[in-house]
Amino acid sequence: MTLGEQLAQYLASGLVVGGAYALIGLGFVIVYSVTRIINFAQGEFVMLGALGMVTGTGLGLGPLPAFVLVVAAVAALAAALERVAVHPLRRAPALAVLILTIGASIALRGGALVVWGTDPFALAPFSAGPPVALLGALVVRQAFWVVAVAALVFALLWFFFTRTYAGTAVRACAVNPRAARLMGIRVDGMSLLAFALSGALGATAGAVIAPITYATYDMGLMLGLKGFVAAVLGGLVSPPGAIAGGILLGVLEAFAAGLVSSGYKDAVAFVILIALCLVQVAGWLPWRVPVEEG
Amino acid sequence: MSARERWVLLLAVGLAAAVVPWTVRSTYVLSALVFVALNGIAALALSLVMGFAGQVSLGQAAFYAIGAYVSGVLTASYGWNPWVAMAVAVAAGALTAFLVGLPIFRLSGLLLAMATLGFGIILYYVLVNWASVTGGPSGLTGIPPLAIGGVQLDSDRRMAWLAWGALLLVLGLAGNLVDSRVGRALRAIHGSEPAAEAAGVDTARYKLGVFAVAGGVTALAGALYAHYLKFINPSPFGFAFSIELVVMVVLGGVASLWGAVLGAALVVGLVEALRALLPLLTVSHGAAEYEIVVFGLLLMAFMIFLPGGLSALGRRAA
Amino acid sequence: MTAGARLPAPLLEVQGLAKDFGGLAAVRGVDFAVRAGQIKALIGPNGAGKTTIFNLIAGALAPTRGRVLFEGIPLPVRRPHAVAARGIARTFQLVRLFGEMSVLETVLVGCHRRGRAGWAACALRTRAARQDEAELRLRAQTVLALLGLGARADQPAAALPYGEQRLVELGRALAAEPKLLLLDEPGAGLGRDEQARLAAIIRTIRDAGATVLLVDHHMDFVLGLSDEVVVLSYGEKLAEGRPEAVRTDPAVIGAYLGDEAA
Repeated sequence: MTLGEQLAQYLASGLVVGGAYALIGLGFVIVYSVTRIINFAQGEFVMLGALGMVTGTGLGLGPLPAFVLVVAAVAALAAALERVAVHPLRRAPALAVLILTIGASIALRGGALVVWGTDPFALAPFSAGPPVALLGALVVRQAFWVVAVAALVFALLWFFFTRTYAGTAVRACAVNPRAARLMGIRVDGMSLLAFALSGALGATAGAVIAPITYATYDMGLMLGLKGFVAAVLGGLVSPPGAIAGGILLGVLEAFAAGLVSSGYKDAVAFVILIALCLVQVAGWLPWRVPVEEG
Repeated sequence: MSARERWVLLLAVGLAAAVVPWTVRSTYVLSALVFVALNGIAALALSLVMGFAGQVSLGQAAFYAIGAYVSGVLTASYGWNPWVAMAVAVAAGALTAFLVGLPIFRLSGLLLAMATLGFGIILYYVLVNWASVTGGPSGLTGIPPLAIGGVQLDSDRRMAWLAWGALLLVLGLAGNLVDSRVGRALRAIHGSEPAAEAAGVDTARYKLGVFAVAGGVTALAGALYAHYLKFINPSPFGFAFSIELVVMVVLGGVASLWGAVLGAALVVGLVEALRALLPLLTVSHGAAEYEIVVFGLLLMAFMIFLPGGLSALGRRAA
Repeated sequence: MTAGARLPAPLLEVQGLAKDFGGLAAVRGVDFAVRAGQIKALIGPNGAGKTTIFNLIAGALAPTRGRVLFEGIPLPVRRPHAVAARGIARTFQLVRLFGEMSVLETVLVGCHRRGRAGWAACALRTRAARQDEAELRLRAQTVLALLGLGARADQPAAALPYGEQRLVELGRALAAEPKLLLLDEPGAGLGRDEQARLAAIIRTIRDAGATVLLVDHHMDFVLGLSDEVVVLSYGEKLAEGRPEAVRTDPAVIGAYLGDEAA
């Protein structure tokens, strides 16, 4: 392979993984915007989406019915988590709620371990066939599904945020929760909606990337953390920011793995996170990550 | 607790810690005692950060690892005296915490939690990938045990004495600290940061200070761990251990030093009990699988129903 | 100290102070000075910018324009502890206590800067640290006695009645032995008797050599207590002078009547 082909390959795989990070990051953004909570369990929704697809298709369902069923189920689970655990703590300090969602994350991961065990599962791609050559890179067919589904979700979300009452309300909450409450927006209901949406987004990400990465019970931790970094990169309350952050992170990771060392691939996101913190403290960041006092 | 009550309690537990290892024969129980003490030291350090300065660190395992690896590498690879190596390890833990905290402790709580988490994960990858020094994933062998005046502390029983001695020493010093000018400043930060600032407390400096102290104390536990097991590899120092430490602190009640030790004892006890019990209840998988479910549910239940931890329960009853 | 025959130099000088919150001007170029040994009050209707000025002086907020001089030297910005180190203590509009701390401990935090013991000395409980602690406790107990809270020393501060919580906050500020004391609505929520007691305490503090700047909107309480008054309205200075002069100022009467009519 020439260097040009290699770079094209890194770019392609980075874009695909970045699409998944963007979906996960969007989940963080929506929940944080409405509730000012960092939902640590976000990554577990991804894991449940992936393993749910494995079980769904294993039961003989086609990819599409399985996908719809799994996304709906995970969204319902996320909503249940909000009602049972997060809602009772809505007046607690932010750090207490963070610890709560860490607990939820561990419990979900453990639950998945009990149900699915430790073995990684391979999920059949949505459409069969050999990889496609594209501008010097070989791209697996599932990658097109990832990009297409991500693009569709972004379009739907754009419509939701700008053209529907609920979406506008979510944005109002992001700008100023107190003012939104005074304007008569029911923040309680918004919180439930935000969790359900984030569950659906996470499950979607998990379902589409499972054929590329395998599905295991502990995949959610890393994917969730990277989605979080994507969201922070984009300013934590901006959906377009999270999409850009996710894609940027995916590409940077792919290049770091290819050009530096694959052993440090997973560390890239956290180096970026800490660098972001430094830059914010120094006041160089052109935008502010609006994290409130804990 | 007054200073007098604190010393009486320390003395009583110290006596028990001196006597109990004599009477216990099972190396299994003795090793559990060692781990309660080591985890207790680390949990206590985290409770200083969480309970007294009101900050959450999700990367505390990193400092445990720094203690273990600095002391381990200096003794096994460079032949240093273990005590000197351990002192360097503690200093390295404190210094690393200071340097890590310098930029991030001016951030507010949530971002700080995530930044410490990021640091912990980065350090883990360094341990795995820097094989020429750390031994990589397969680990570092040949770490010598500690010795006092020619007596090697290489049995579980002797190590239990040492670990509990270290725990009680740290408890005594931390108890003094909390009940002093410095400790009041820390508790004031937890209570109301603006009011503490207005009273002249340099809150950023104190938060950084407590983080550095906790880093050093956690590294002490890590160094003891390395000389106890004589072998270290990266896997026990991952993100899961950072979370386990948070669980210990939350179970015990974040603002209670003895609570942190109690939390450590409960977590170690719970893990062992689950390992013993669960195979009787289920046939599908091993017990380790259920462990983390139980931890997760416990953590949630405590945050919802008993955010003050077990020590709040005691206070309510008193 | 260069105490000459001329008028004492102002202890605190506020020069052209302004603060915008996202385009909303809360304070628009206010000037005034506080001379040593005075009780001076900032009064004005809600939203006049009183508390914002306090937060600007105390370093909790950074001004958009202008500056504050203390003893002729500019005060640090956005570093409240550094402002405290210059000899300025404050109370808050809404009481801010420290969780489960006792009354004595809360006041001891106020003594923080008077203490010397560092981390190691405190952990080891050295002789020097114990001596330091004993001195701080004596100081805190003296303050509690002055406020009539001696019997409450070991109770949790947050469990006291509201009026006494305000006194604990005042005690925390006094314990620092400040040159300038900033009191944010000290009389709010207090009964008439409690207000009289508070006024007596504030006069005692002034007579002991401290300077007091306070914010309030109880006209009677403020005008009876202060040596000088600054009247604010919509972030601007409306009038300044002795209480009896301000009381009859037509602009002030207009602002207050306007406020009540609204």
